[in-house]
Amino acid sequence: MREVAVIGIGITKFGELWDKSFRQLIAEAGSKAIFDAGIEGKDIDALYIGSMSSGRFIGQEHVGALVADAAGFSHLHIPATRIEGACASGGLAVRQGYLSIASGVNDIVVVGGIEKMNDVAGASATETLATAADQEWEAFFGATFPGLYAMIATRHMHDYGTTKEQLAQVAVKNHANGAKNPYAQYKFEVTVEQVMAAVPVAHPLGLLDCSPVSDGAAAIVLCAMDKAKEFTDKPVKIIASGQASDTLPLHGRRDITTLDATVHAAKMAYKQANVTPKDIDVAEVHDCFTIAEICAIEDLGFVEKGKGGKAVEENITTLDGEIPVNTSGGLKAKGHPVGATGVAQIIEIVEQLRGEADKRQVEDARIGLAHNVGGSGATCVIHILEAI
Amino acid sequence: MKESVARFWREIPQRYNIIGNKCTVCGRVFFPPRESCPYCRRKSLGKMQKIQLSGKGKIVTYTIIHSATEDFEDQVPYPIAIVELDEGPRITAQIVDCKPEDVKIDMRVESTFRKIRQDGSTGAIYYGYKFRPMR
Repeated sequence: MREVAVIGIGITKFGELWDKSFRQLIAEAGSKAIFDAGIEGKDIDALYIGSMSSGRFIGQEHVGALVADAAGFSHLHIPATRIEGACASGGLAVRQGYLSIASGVNDIVVVGGIEKMNDVAGASATETLATAADQEWEAFFGATFPGLYAMIATRHMHDYGTTKEQLAQVAVKNHANGAKNPYAQYKFEVTVEQVMAAVPVAHPLGLLDCSPVSDGAAAIVLCAMDKAKEFTDKPVKIIASGQASDTLPLHGRRDITTLDATVHAAKMAYKQANVTPKDIDVAEVHDCFTIAEICAIEDLGFVEKGKGGKAVEENITTLDGEIPVNTSGGLKAKGHPVGATGVAQIIEIVEQLRGEADKRQVEDARIGLAHNVGGSGATCVIHILEAI
Repeated sequence: MKESVARFWREIPQRYNIIGNKCTVCGRVFFPPRESCPYCRRKSLGKMQKIQLSGKGKIVTYTIIHSATEDFEDQVPYPIAIVELDEGPRITAQIVDCKPEDVKIDMRVESTFRKIRQDGSTGAIYYGYKFRPMR
């Protein structure tokens, strides 16, 4: 397998972007990544686009070709493919781009991720997000997407004594980080009291335990390592890519509070990179809900199973903690345009490893991990990156 | 988007009567019925047998939904749970005939046949199982 590096990154602001269309957003992120890499259209061998549900959010499928067209590449006839794996669509697109270079088929690819979620009403967005769950055996009976994570939280509290305050502390930390991120949807801090008093969504989760409905796009340029030096002095190497699946409905899982897809994707990635959880200097994890970050840091092996809540309480995951998690603000504060999220996570890790994360910079960050989950845990994709 | 009625009626045995199936190779029970057993896979092909489940079980975890999709907006707040049936399979369903705050982990429950939702004022009415505290 050939080695692969990230040589360019580009991201739009995340948020309620009423004045921007799907096409404008992906073209903006893509052109920023292409300029950052110093490549041209003729250098690109393929495009991979992660989008969860453009069909339901903007009534448009076939967005691989649409993105190539919006980027001004239609006359170059570049192969363009859309990848879908619910909220993990972006991470899966990164993995497809990575595999296509590692295999020797492509030299340079652009990976984009996008979701335009605010062109439909709030209840329709909730319904579309619920399509990541099992339509016939969960959603049909009234389960919502936050409801599934709420059931994980109820059981985590029961089994390990995790508290609502500890859940709230995840939101407090991620908002504090988001406040330092110019691209974040929520650039303000919150208190534990505010999170605990927020309007209930699905007990025990309130509105401030949930990531928002967002518009946004992100793009990266991947290049074979042996060619990367032609374009940049600071390539960031992808040293592992892991992926795993599990039952679609939550009720089918071995253990309600463990995302086995995370456990297995992590095992695959740690083995490929030849690192242990202790070697990770900074991580972006899939905190679609506060409980999801607690499960993630356990399932990734940063802390023991059941100790996630305590770890957050003890500030182990803050910007100056032992293992800084979601320095970007995470899905919680940076925003969660679902298809863009997995690509945006890679961008935050690349900025950290380049030493360009400004006020969010983790000192001496050398190895970073990005963890992207689809649904309530039926898909997980993990990448580990290293500064060269 | 209008859904075909067939999509619903093909699931009627499962949703109305909790019909699952059993792998006659290893004896494991599944709900909803599966084409093959994930443990015995090819050995189980053609050897899956339909069975009536008791509809009795206990709550593994639950939540109370306050923000629902359009189809369920008129029912909030409502409890929903993962129930482990006595025969083994786990199932996601609403808990009814009790106050939302009375729902607890390990509570014994039994299935009851109820209206789930309807497609507007003139569309199809969908029925299926919910669970209530065991009497």
